[in-house]
Amino acid sequence: MQTIAVVDFGTGNLRSVSKAVEHVATAAKVLVTRDADAVRRADRVILPGQGAMGSWFAAMRDRGLGDAVREALARVPVLGICLGMQAMLERSDEDGGIAGLGVIAGRVKRFVRPDGARESFKIPHMGWNRVRQTSRHPLWQGIEDGSRFYFVHSYYAAPTDPADVVGTTDYIVEFASAIARDNLFAVQFHPEKSHAQGLALLGNFVRWNGD
Amino acid sequence: MGLAKRIIPCLDVDAGRVVKGVNFVNIRDAGDPVEVARRYDEQGADEITFLDITASSDDRATMAEVVEAAAGEVFIPLTVGGGIRELQDIHRMLAAGADKVSINTAAVSRPEFVAEASRHFGAQCIVVAIDAKQVAREPAPAWEVFTHGGRKPTGIDAIDWARRMADSGAGEILLTSMDRDGTRDGFDLALTRCVCDAVPIPVIASGGVGNLSHLAEGILDGGADAVLAASIFHFGEFTVGEAKAFLAERGIEVNA
Repeated sequence: MQTIAVVDFGTGNLRSVSKAVEHVATAAKVLVTRDADAVRRADRVILPGQGAMGSWFAAMRDRGLGDAVREALARVPVLGICLGMQAMLERSDEDGGIAGLGVIAGRVKRFVRPDGARESFKIPHMGWNRVRQTSRHPLWQGIEDGSRFYFVHSYYAAPTDPADVVGTTDYIVEFASAIARDNLFAVQFHPEKSHAQGLALLGNFVRWNGD
Repeated sequence: MGLAKRIIPCLDVDAGRVVKGVNFVNIRDAGDPVEVARRYDEQGADEITFLDITASSDDRATMAEVVEAAAGEVFIPLTVGGGIRELQDIHRMLAAGADKVSINTAAVSRPEFVAEASRHFGAQCIVVAIDAKQVAREPAPAWEVFTHGGRKPTGIDAIDWARRMADSGAGEILLTSMDRDGTRDGFDLALTRCVCDAVPIPVIASGGVGNLSHLAEGILDGGADAVLAASIFHFGEFTVGEAKAFLAERGIEVNA
């Protein structure tokens, strides 16, 4: 039986993530954990996270999870969600500037409301928006291109290499809502809160061998 | 093609049971909030709000159990309001599986609570609920914030308050017109428009929905990012799917 570690950084709604994964992976052991060794032993790793990036990274350092996450990235399928995606970039503008894990080149920027736009463009970007599948990927299997997922965020990832982007969404700008490289897949939206299409994506992750 | 306007059914929960009539076909127990939430989820609700109207603190634990059970079955955002007064209350609901909490009276009695909550848990999970009543028509309309279910005036201007709460780190405003709540006469559109224009964060319009045109007006005329309704869905008059189809026909983007 495979073990799926949902890493607990002390922020966000972990119960939603673990419940949704249990729902699609009935034969797996889903572990919500803050123990670096448990992360190392897992067959797959999910990095969820909401809230402020600074406290997320502080939790990672305080608990020695940073090295375990880097090891997982070198070894097993990893799914980043929201902050778990943003953390993959080199830098974030949040909290006056934070260094990220640097797995994906680029930085995390804040949405800026345009002046005089016809739409009001509230921030946070909150609700159901479309994801354009810009590249084929096993995690998109069975999910219609342009499906809506639930978003809630004020910052977005801006990778410098278009090859890292597998999905984009329009809100003020066209931003990367899904990125992938090797055994990493990461999304800005919340698959655990995105109804059937979100569960489909989580199901694809649970079956993915990382190629 | 962009962000969809949201439809949010709201359930009033007292001591772990849904109150107000819920009249679904083929539902085993209309009082079970989890079953009702599941039904709305099947209909395509964009989020679900549970409003805890329990008076006693003993029953707050019951609400956490409701959220926990719902979060295991319904994979859309869940908001919990009612009795959220301390960081510990927020933690308990988020740990149970809520995605957002809605703060009302506690924000008025201690405004810095919203900033603390936002710093601690992130703006994305902090909704500030504002109950507003019109107190002037001429020369310019004005609305005042009320607490305790619309019984207690606060002397605070509702538009100023919405701005202040957004500045304090609220991620969203749940705006209820106490003049319209329960009337089925439609939203207070002037109030909704004033608040939507005043704040940079999303606004959920609430109070007064009696038909599907009211939902469309809240979005098109009020400028709301989301609309919340209870009775039109509870009594089985309309499904969430029918509401979305109606909005889509009027050119409103919905997640259908």
